Amino acid sequence: MANLDDDASFFEADILVIGGGTAGPLAAFKAKAANPALRVVLLEKANVKRSGAIAVGMDGLNNAVVPGFATPEQYVREITIANDGIVYQQAILAYARRSFDMIRELDDWGVKFQKDENGDYDVKKVHHLGTYVLPMPEGGTIKKALYRQLRKAQVLISNRFMATRLLTSWDGRAAGAIAVNSRTAELLVIRAKAVILAAGAAGRLGLPASGYLWGTYENPTNSGDGYAMALHAGAELTNLECFQINPLIKDYNGPACAYVGGPFGAYTANSDGARFIECDYWSGQMMLEFYKELEGGKGPVFLKLDHLAPETVTEVENILHRVERPSRGLFHQGRGADYRKDMVEMHISEIGFCSGHSASGVWVDEHAQTTVPGLYAAGDMASVPHNYMLGAFVNGAIAGEHAAQFVEEVPLADYDQGQVEAERARVTAPLRNETGLPPNQVEYKIRRFVNDYLQPPKVTRKYEIARKRFAEIRADLPRLAARDPHELMRALEVHSILDCAEMAAAASLYRTESRWGLYHYRLDYPETDDRDWFCHVQLTSDGKGGFVLRKRPVDPYVVPVKTTERDAYHRLRIPTPA
Amino acid sequence: MSFAENPSEFPVTIDAEKCIADKGCTVCVDVCPLDVLRINPETGKAHMRYDECWYCLPCALDCPTKAVTVAIPYLLR
Ligand SMILES: Cc1cc2nc3c(=O)[nH]c(=O)nc-3n(C[C@H](O)[C@H](O)[C@H](O)COP(=O)(O)OP(=O)(O)OC[C@H]3O[C@@H](n4cnc5c(N)ncnc54)[C@H](O)[C@@H]3O)c2cc1C
Ligand code: SF4
Ligand code: SF4
Repeated sequence: MANLDDDASFFEADILVIGGGTAGPLAAFKAKAANPALRVVLLEKANVKRSGAIAVGMDGLNNAVVPGFATPEQYVREITIANDGIVYQQAILAYARRSFDMIRELDDWGVKFQKDENGDYDVKKVHHLGTYVLPMPEGGTIKKALYRQLRKAQVLISNRFMATRLLTSWDGRAAGAIAVNSRTAELLVIRAKAVILAAGAAGRLGLPASGYLWGTYENPTNSGDGYAMALHAGAELTNLECFQINPLIKDYNGPACAYVGGPFGAYTANSDGARFIECDYWSGQMMLEFYKELEGGKGPVFLKLDHLAPETVTEVENILHRVERPSRGLFHQGRGADYRKDMVEMHISEIGFCSGHSASGVWVDEHAQTTVPGLYAAGDMASVPHNYMLGAFVNGAIAGEHAAQFVEEVPLADYDQGQVEAERARVTAPLRNETGLPPNQVEYKIRRFVNDYLQPPKVTRKYEIARKRFAEIRADLPRLAARDPHELMRALEVHSILDCAEMAAAASLYRTESRWGLYHYRLDYPETDDRDWFCHVQLTSDGKGGFVLRKRPVDPYVVPVKTTERDAYHRLRIPTPA
Repeated sequence: MSFAENPSEFPVTIDAEKCIADKGCTVCVDVCPLDVLRINPETGKAHMRYDECWYCLPCALDCPTKAVTVAIPYLLR
């Protein structure tokens, strides 16, 4: 184990990318492509070869804006409507315009997408209005393809380093970051002219119904560190009350997945085997209908494939049980469940933060810039809504290219050594504690309270109790104890999880209306109130452990949305025949 | 330091006959996103050290000798 009083290792770079999952590799690659002379470091908590949401591949590319199927403007309109109008359209448009070129570039790198007999991309309709899902039945090789490009571009990769805090200069610029090795507890200080955060979703916020801390929808390495680091560096976060909640296979807690099965004829059904929603694309409105079906006595809800021809089911299985979450097959096999005769029982997941499928995160503009100069964010933790995998790639690319320009014009920023000392004390504390609280227990308790009090529908009084409980746990944090560097990583993750839980509570209480279907359904304020709340909710740190919340008006749309279209996502329920 | 022992079944098992960690292989340890696998210095074989598994399978898919078996963690099974 490292000597705790050693000087930290020190490294200087032009650009530091934190998180080597999906957005991070693209950011690092594009920065190097823009200027090969730059020193670009890619820091990863796990191993870039197999990390993040796409560790073993993906079975479909969302949301693909492919000429002939959709225009960037149509896409911006759909995502605006799906998010009840609260979007920064410029960032969605910037993504949509680059979406197709990115697909072609990935194709050149050897990533396989489904094509029709003419060799054209075979895009499918899953969304309510347009056509944006490109199947990838052979999407298991995506990480390999990315890794090859990173090696070619000579990106400096540091695996098994967990970034814990950002460094900032006296005038508020990003100056680098501090990280700790999860095997040796070695501390690393990286000074950089620009930092790109790509640390993924906050996937360990709620507790899965199984009670298993690691049985999450998201890759559990994504414990919300990116949100916590951005918060403490002074960045603005937005719409954190717009939770991510997913319809998942019960117990397995992974996607079922209607995006794959839908184009083959599978659909979400109630216990009668009947359809109740017109569209299986994940949205808050869709989740609200799901919730109502469960509450209304028509549950459980299922994914229905048993009406399909056996060959079709085999084709679907060959995708679902081979790529993305290949242990799905094992799970069904263990219970003797067969898609040919059994519907797949689904449930409503625990909450998280993730712009991948929802809309919250660190605020970014159309260049992936946060409100802290020199700090960028991309992927699931940045605020571009319904990012998914392609959004992570494109916005990662946007961040990398913009950062490459930015660092040409600025020197390294100075930071106060006191920041390093304070962080060294915080990071090493759990190893110094001879006795105390094991990280898994503290984590369990936070996440159970998240379920008990924050899971929608939201109730004001429950949220107030949650804040008390979280404050009590915060007072416990100095007692976290770690027996080895691995447990130290878990202890530090607990800090991030608690930060995220407190942010989720504060942002939800601030917005006194209901919006985004189930994601922000408040029983005390059940109506949507466009007069007072047609705005973003911005959250920043007050520097004393609390938050400052404010409204940010929605910028004028660059793609107009007709009033008749605006509530299309509120008409998902299939009317029951009279 | 003393923590109470709280037993749980390890979802990942490694076939010691097939594992070639003693010949220098560390593939499963290297690729696991949750970093829960280690080589046991006494046996020279890989094993699961921490019960924190996302049942994601890189360990099994990348093992050159197919020595790794992943079960769905008991609480989910
Ligand atoms: C099960 C599942 C299925 C999905 N299916 C699809 C699909 O079919 N199609 C689609 O388009 N999208 C899909 N998505 C969404 C898509 O995969 C994500 O939106 C996208 O991959 C997110 O990219 P990211 O870079 O933000 O996060 P990730 O790829 O998760 O990368 C984040 C990285 O940051 C690292 N990290 C975290 N904390 C730290 C830290 N403190 N220091 C250093 N590194 C850190 C993590 O180890 C991880 O490697 C799916 C997601 C999941 C979870
Ligand atoms: S990858 Fe396979 S052979 Fe290599 S150490 Fe792991 S179990 Fe052993
Ligand atoms: S299944 Fe995934 S998390 Fe579990 S040991 Fe293997 S690589 Fe690690």
